[in-house]
Amino acid sequence: MASIDREFTAASFYKFLNEHKLMGSRCRACGRTYLPPRPLCPECFREEMAWAEMSGRGRLLAFTAVHVAPTGMVAAGYGRDNPYCTGIVKLEEGPAISAQILGFDPKRPEGIKLGAPLKAVFLERGEGQARRTSLGFQP
Amino acid sequence: MKAKARKLGRGVALVGAGMSKFGSFPEKTGRDLFFEAFRELLASVDKGFDPREIEAIYLGNYSSDLFEGQGHIAPIIADWVGLAPRPATRIEDACASSGVALRQGALAIASGLYDVVLVGGVEKMTSLPTERVTDVLATGGDALFEIPAGFTFPGFYAAMATAYIHKYGAPLEALMRVGIKNHKHGALNEKAQFNLTIRQIMENKLAKAKAQGRPLPSWAGELDFLRDEAANPVIAWPLRLFDCSPISDGAAALLLVAEERAKDFTDKPVYLIGSGQASDGALHSRPELASIRAAKLAAQEAYAMAGVGPKDIRLAEVHDCFTIAELIATEDLGFFPPGEGWKAAMEGLTSLHSPRPINTSGGLKAKGHPVGASGAAQAVELWQQLRGQAGPRQVPGEPALGLTHNVGGTGQTCVVHIFRRG
Repeated sequence: MASIDREFTAASFYKFLNEHKLMGSRCRACGRTYLPPRPLCPECFREEMAWAEMSGRGRLLAFTAVHVAPTGMVAAGYGRDNPYCTGIVKLEEGPAISAQILGFDPKRPEGIKLGAPLKAVFLERGEGQARRTSLGFQP
Repeated sequence: MKAKARKLGRGVALVGAGMSKFGSFPEKTGRDLFFEAFRELLASVDKGFDPREIEAIYLGNYSSDLFEGQGHIAPIIADWVGLAPRPATRIEDACASSGVALRQGALAIASGLYDVVLVGGVEKMTSLPTERVTDVLATGGDALFEIPAGFTFPGFYAAMATAYIHKYGAPLEALMRVGIKNHKHGALNEKAQFNLTIRQIMENKLAKAKAQGRPLPSWAGELDFLRDEAANPVIAWPLRLFDCSPISDGAAALLLVAEERAKDFTDKPVYLIGSGQASDGALHSRPELASIRAAKLAAQEAYAMAGVGPKDIRLAEVHDCFTIAELIATEDLGFFPPGEGWKAAMEGLTSLHSPRPINTSGGLKAKGHPVGASGAAQAVELWQQLRGQAGPRQVPGEPALGLTHNVGGTGQTCVVHIFRRG
């Protein structure tokens, strides 16, 4: 992956996500992996990152079922009558990330167990130029 | 990173404090609210003083831009209370804005630059509908990587609650106990947005249903009421409406002076003896979700500066933006060991008549949470408590030491202060 010529920015992360790749950065100096990617290693303060593709496999660390949704999610059809789950997933490569959690019933959150194994999915919203991929995880 | 024992360059005293009523005030803007707080501050200075002695103002405000369409609010407020052309600086650290403004005001005095500083906080939130308020509060998180996942502010703390419950086996009743206790305290505080116990709110709903001839719910008590989806709907599971602080308008103001000037203003000053602050990344970037790392670090710094420990603190105002946040705060501050905070809440060890009451003001939960004003308002409560002026909610036995714990976002900022009765 060392040959990928993209800056370690949010724009690059989302460009990869549009290509259905979950990409972090790995510090060549100390070996730590960061997701979302960052250009500067906060552990060793070096700027020697390489792109690293994540397997997408991880475990649920924390979650919620949102009933009072922000306007962006309301526009996507969510809200009081149609709650959604979002959470934090720890990837097998080490880092953890926030993402929508699918494949569970948000109206029966008691049944969702922390530690559950999950796999990344790429959620498409909008069409044509307006198409945006967002990150999700499901069992 | 271990906190070293930092010291202020010189002593700082609190010699006056005031706050507006907290609540929903359609006819009032941020400047009107701040004027209420400032007016009360002027009246609180025992020996009186000329406001022209104030040399600078540090104002905490989260988002007057989005809430009121008013940016650059510090000079506007300064001018409104007659303090232009003095330097007026706005501090924005989300819900910790005025806790950090307090620290900046104290540092400005400790540096020797000023002798008399006004610290304030203000937020006018109720002019927007709830959905938009949810959006504005969410901008306190990471707009690139957390908000696109669908996180809201209640959502962040709800996720922390699942991590806490999973790790320590806490029942949801522990969260409800925090809300019940803080409403009991708020019922004793005329400035509180909810000047009512949860039992009173329940009884009011019963009376209303009876008056309207609707079928009467059969709530056996407060816990039963709080478990009822109709009375207490889920906002972000497992947090329900009564786990969340309200959307509020309000302001608070503090008068800080150099310690050697304190007796010119009052014979009963309150000394600021400890201050600590820390930052952190997005929630998902942290190794532990059942605790707030920045709070632990800020507390360490404040305790070391003050030369005291958690056992010495007689009362504390902690950042209970959600009920789970109070449980975590009482552990992060060292009042209870990790995993024991929920048991303490269940056993009443944080109520007004306990050895170390938490949130005697009603906390953010019942007093209200005009976000940029909350940190300063916590210090207003300690000003009253440490001077024996807290009326029906006065902590008995002349409390000597109090602590404030003010969190921005999910703990990207935390600022802790320790005050001593003069």
